[in-house]
Amino acid sequence: MSNSAKADAVLALHRFGMGPRPGSIAAIGGDPRSALIAELDRPLALPAASSLPSSAKAYRTVADANARRTARAKQAQQQAKKQQMASASGASGDQAQAQPEGQAQGYAQEKDAVEMAAKQAADAIPDPGRPIYLQEAKLRTEAALSADIGFAERLVWFWSNHFCISANKIQSMSGAYEREAVRANALGRFVDLLQTVESHPAMLFYLDNLESMGANSTAGINRNRGLNENIAREIMELHTLGVRTGYSQDDVISFANVMTGWTLVPPGANPQHGGEFTFNPRLHEPGGQTVLGKRYEQDDAEQGRAVLRDLAAHPATATHVATKLARHFVADEPPPVLVEQMAKAFRDTDGDLKQVAIVMVSSDDAWRAPPLKLKRPGEWVIGMVRATGITAVDPVRYTGGQELLGEALWRPSAPKGYPDDEASWIDGVGRRLDVANNFAERISGMADPQAIIEDVFASQIASEVKQAVGRAESRQQALALLFMSADFQRR
Amino acid sequence: MGVVNHPPTRRELLVGSGALFAWSQMPRIARAEGRDPRLLVIVLRGALDGLGAVAPVGDPDWISLRGDRALVLDGKPPALPLDAFFALNPAMPNLHRLYKSGKAAIVHAVATPYRERSHFDGQDVLESGFTKPGATASGWLNRALLSLEGGGRVDPRGSRALGIGSVTPLVVRGSAPVMTWVPQKLLPASEDTQSRLLDLYQHTDPKLATVLQARMKLASLSGAPGRGDPMSDDPTLAPPGIARVRAYFAEAAGTAARYLAKPDGPRVGAMGFVGWDTHIAEGVASGQLYNLLGALDGAFAAIESNMGEAWRETAVAVVTEFGRTARINGTQGTDHGTGTVAFLIGGGLAGGRVIADWPGLKPAQLFEDRDLKPTTDLRAVLKGLLRDHLRVEERVLADVIFPGSADIKPMGGLVG
Repeated sequence: MSNSAKADAVLALHRFGMGPRPGSIAAIGGDPRSALIAELDRPLALPAASSLPSSAKAYRTVADANARRTARAKQAQQQAKKQQMASASGASGDQAQAQPEGQAQGYAQEKDAVEMAAKQAADAIPDPGRPIYLQEAKLRTEAALSADIGFAERLVWFWSNHFCISANKIQSMSGAYEREAVRANALGRFVDLLQTVESHPAMLFYLDNLESMGANSTAGINRNRGLNENIAREIMELHTLGVRTGYSQDDVISFANVMTGWTLVPPGANPQHGGEFTFNPRLHEPGGQTVLGKRYEQDDAEQGRAVLRDLAAHPATATHVATKLARHFVADEPPPVLVEQMAKAFRDTDGDLKQVAIVMVSSDDAWRAPPLKLKRPGEWVIGMVRATGITAVDPVRYTGGQELLGEALWRPSAPKGYPDDEASWIDGVGRRLDVANNFAERISGMADPQAIIEDVFASQIASEVKQAVGRAESRQQALALLFMSADFQRR
Repeated sequence: MGVVNHPPTRRELLVGSGALFAWSQMPRIARAEGRDPRLLVIVLRGALDGLGAVAPVGDPDWISLRGDRALVLDGKPPALPLDAFFALNPAMPNLHRLYKSGKAAIVHAVATPYRERSHFDGQDVLESGFTKPGATASGWLNRALLSLEGGGRVDPRGSRALGIGSVTPLVVRGSAPVMTWVPQKLLPASEDTQSRLLDLYQHTDPKLATVLQARMKLASLSGAPGRGDPMSDDPTLAPPGIARVRAYFAEAAGTAARYLAKPDGPRVGAMGFVGWDTHIAEGVASGQLYNLLGALDGAFAAIESNMGEAWRETAVAVVTEFGRTARINGTQGTDHGTGTVAFLIGGGLAGGRVIADWPGLKPAQLFEDRDLKPTTDLRAVLKGLLRDHLRVEERVLADVIFPGSADIKPMGGLVG
């Protein structure tokens, strides 16, 4: 294998994959483009996912636990109050009158004791959402660590961030959402991905659609409630068309009306289907709506599906998606030619996302851009670990590390997801040193920095880095310098 | 085999999850006057409901607008009276105290020039200082730092903006380098490793070298702030409850204040707090907005006490990208709106008043029949602070800090 072929393979692994791991350069061989495309034909499903609950099941499990916590707390509260009343009836009333302040203090203490008892009783039932989150995190991360190249996994990560939800709001479903909605459609058609994501209970929950109801719907009238614009705005602004692409406040309101009734089956009422998507006509704003100049007269969930179909087919969506993909994989300011090639592929194939990905890696412009793109923390951590050949993850450590680095798994602070530009992340590079240094310390007994450079990177590392690694005072220091080098940080 | 380190501690998580701040050298002109002013900017991300924070209880249309969700003087708990017309959310007793002692001012019906309703574009405008979204190369605070001549205490090229957390907010991005403060809970890399890495970066990647240098410089400026903090380590990663939000706000703001207070520390900083996007069950008097405002109020107290002597030369500007709908939406929350409030606190302020050209709340008086109409340009407030507190020149304010704002005159009299 020539040096330039090796260099191409390393670039392919960094730019489009999860980073080089032992054996991956040889596996790519002399034709990285074909190897990337071939990876897209393999199944994306997580083999071990059958052991994990569906999103609805996870949601029901947490809802059940919460209900039991509430009940236990109430019981404990009542018991504590009874005890206090029993002991108070023996106390002297005169004394209490003489010391009104002391009495008030006594009440406060009693109240605290009651609350404490309630809290203790509730805490005796652990929150099942957290272990589910950790299991999901483990599976997803190990898939990234063990993928040959990791192009398909990168696409899953990209779409998961594009259609992000937050585990801060809906922890139980966060991992299952990615599997069921994103992973299942990341190499399919954009419209299918969009329909699945927007009708997924996790998204409806995250963007406040469960309680949104038409002002003239049965429930809206009876309960004197109404619309919430959140999901409609974010679908147009973030998920499809992009901001400032011509939709108006009226379009947002009409689309929000269209989306009323998209909700989930209440978990308490239905042990089989609780937490699954349902269309509830009682919440739905009656009548036709006009979105982006087109009239939608359907009176059920088909109305929303029709709007989503049209949003998916809108040319602004093709441009938005192509730009974001090219920015994520290639450069903060992606080559316009590449963006247009990808947007055209999106338009010509009715949003076939696999074809868009193939067009990207087949374009010379995607390869010509200099390797200056700063990796996001998650990608960088995976690259670091892959280089050592480790494929198993302690999810508590991993998710904790992601949080420290500012990219907590499935917990972005806003529906826009994590940013993809250097300016957002570069100042956190100092933080990465703490992580790299610590990781280097932990693995210095088993990982040889020279072997990583020669075997994993086929010596395709800057000579200055080789020199610094060679001169390091310890194996730990050598590993830390290697992981922190621009060859690891940028692609 | 684990991937990363040890379970993060509570303190690290709190600080790592979204607040940031920034700083630079001390302004020379102000120093020549024998002053040593501090300016801290707090960005509330998500759009604060200004009417939920500071209620126009004297407006005859107030109750009809918000019904039983309206803050009122005889509510439970009662709103805190500011003057004959406005009352403060009861979650903010500290702010009320500061206001009563003249150390806080409130600007109402205020907005940036942005008139759409995208958070992200709105924050771009708020933080970039430009009139339109899309100009995201630098923030107004960073440009203000550049415009101030250094007082010789720190080489201007060595001046730094500082961030807590890992994503740098736009308001401090730009040509003046940004420095990130990070809690030192992880075993830090040795100084030797750091200098070797710096040497490597200097030969291969100047941008990474700048970042690392900033971090090393900051570490040497002082011991890690927060040392001796009574907060215990908590390895759980549960979603933040309000207690943790409160602790986080106080910790982040308090850390910023400790840095700003140092004799050899920075003089200008910025940080962000998330969570203000109250679409559902806004909870103005007991729920989420009440809790968030309470946490913000706690942050004010942390700033005041950690500033120490420097408090009397401090100004803190609390701003948000836009307001929320004047009416409650269908889910007991509010959707994206326009006019809102800005809080100004600090020992250096001439406060004790609500500054507002009140637009009224009748349907026709609302912006697009839905939002509080903005009658004061936020840039006038910020320009007033930058001019009178830091002594940024008016011409520079109009051309460079807030380009195209020559018609927006700096608001006078904010600083005592």
